[in-house]
Amino acid sequence: MTRPAGQEPHIELEGLRFQRDGRPIFEDVSLSIPRGKVTAIMGPSGTGKTTLLRLVTGQLLPERGSIRVDGQEVTGIGREALYRLRKRIGFLFQHGALLTDLDVYENVAFPLREHTQLPDCLIHHLVMTKLQSVGLRGAARLMPSQLSGGMARRVGLARAVVMDPELVLYDEPFAGLDPISMGVIVRLIREINEALGLTSVIVSHDIEEVSQVADWAWIIADGRIIAGGTPEELRGEESPWVRQFMHRLSDGPVPFHFPARDYPEDLREVPR
Amino acid sequence: MRAMFRDLGEALREFVETLGAMTRFLGRLLWETPAALMRFGLVWYQLHRIGAHSLLIIGISAVFVGMVLALQGYHILNQFGATESLGVMVAMTLVRELGPVLTAVLFAGRAGTSLASEIGLMRATDQLSGMEMMAVDPVKRVIMPRFLAGVIAVPLLAAIFSALGIFGGYVVGVGLLGVDAGPFWSQMNAAVDVRTDVMSGVWKSIAFGITASLVAVYEGYNAPPTAEGVSRATTRAIVITAVAVLAINLLITAIIVGEG
Repeated sequence: MTRPAGQEPHIELEGLRFQRDGRPIFEDVSLSIPRGKVTAIMGPSGTGKTTLLRLVTGQLLPERGSIRVDGQEVTGIGREALYRLRKRIGFLFQHGALLTDLDVYENVAFPLREHTQLPDCLIHHLVMTKLQSVGLRGAARLMPSQLSGGMARRVGLARAVVMDPELVLYDEPFAGLDPISMGVIVRLIREINEALGLTSVIVSHDIEEVSQVADWAWIIADGRIIAGGTPEELRGEESPWVRQFMHRLSDGPVPFHFPARDYPEDLREVPR
Repeated sequence: MRAMFRDLGEALREFVETLGAMTRFLGRLLWETPAALMRFGLVWYQLHRIGAHSLLIIGISAVFVGMVLALQGYHILNQFGATESLGVMVAMTLVRELGPVLTAVLFAGRAGTSLASEIGLMRATDQLSGMEMMAVDPVKRVIMPRFLAGVIAVPLLAAIFSALGIFGGYVVGVGLLGVDAGPFWSQMNAAVDVRTDVMSGVWKSIAFGITASLVAVYEGYNAPPTAEGVSRATTRAIVITAVAVLAINLLITAIIVGEG
């Protein structure tokens, strides 16, 4: 299964192969992200979920295969065309990636100031609207160092959507957040997706939160797509890989132990 | 023995590689310079951050260096009964050699390390990737203003260094050691030639400004995104600049002396 049935794709990956330092990350990945929906890409840590986002945005080049965003091939695209494409994409980094020498207001205004000639009053209006939508209008003049992890991510989200993109990519948006912040981010992703008619892609391993917000989810493991479906469908999946991941089993096809030699032998040998 | 040669060869290869990469990076920065100058507000802000904030350390160091030069110079010149040439000696030493060299080394210690660690941390905290994702080129937005600010700041700071150094020399020579102020200034005025002496210092400080700024931004931009990577980049920014400045100083001096 590489495509949710009956959905127009916004992103399409075909036969993707990528390796890093000689270690294959993706062997033959093909998947489709439907337009206007919230799609999650899940999988255990180290399976290349973030790498997949970086491939989609042209930060990394695959060894083989095709990546199309909105029908446009990303691999081998020129720098200017890539930048034009990125102006239509919002990206929320795991920790917000706010510019530490600018305050919250200027961080959100940054893409507008760089890419448009809008007058200050209009920039002010846009920035305040986005900050209001993430509940941080009152924090406009705080510096990033004064924000909590959850607040930084909300500012990152306001910045990601300030240029009114068609597609927003979320890299581990729930990682390291307290339950309240997590709930806020879940609600914001859903609301922003619906209000702005976006396509949203969430890379995460937080099953509960993803289940609340995603219309569709792909599970990656061992360099391949091992399952795809709605979160409810995935919970009922019988495959051992999917069962281990969705039901949080500590051992299974993804072993608890990192590959190592014989245990007693290791205990006997004292390193000099 | 074989291992030693192998290590030496490896170090040489690494040096040539780094030099090549830095030259390519400099080429890119020079190519971007006209566009960066169009957004002079960003350069101005950095000029204030790294240039103006280096003034204090440059100023204090300059006064002390000038004082030491006057002290040492006075005792040497006194043996030949030529203490009225103290002003010439202090001015020549500062304008031609110590001003540009020490300014560049102090600038690398004060501003170069801060630039390298700032840019390295921006890389480590995904700020540069964030810009890339917002379709903003970090070389144009982050590196160029800092590089140009450094290139502009070093010659200005070197001029201030030399001026304050001469003032320090005056305080010790005339104020403490009793050298006559008339010959101190008049001999300096007659001996220091703008076209040769001052311009030699100016050319040197421009070359050192480019070197110190290039090394700092290059090391920061290419720092591995780890604590150790940023720390190494910061150290390399000062070490490489100090060695490069001394080597380039020898080269420029040799060319100028050769011409003279």
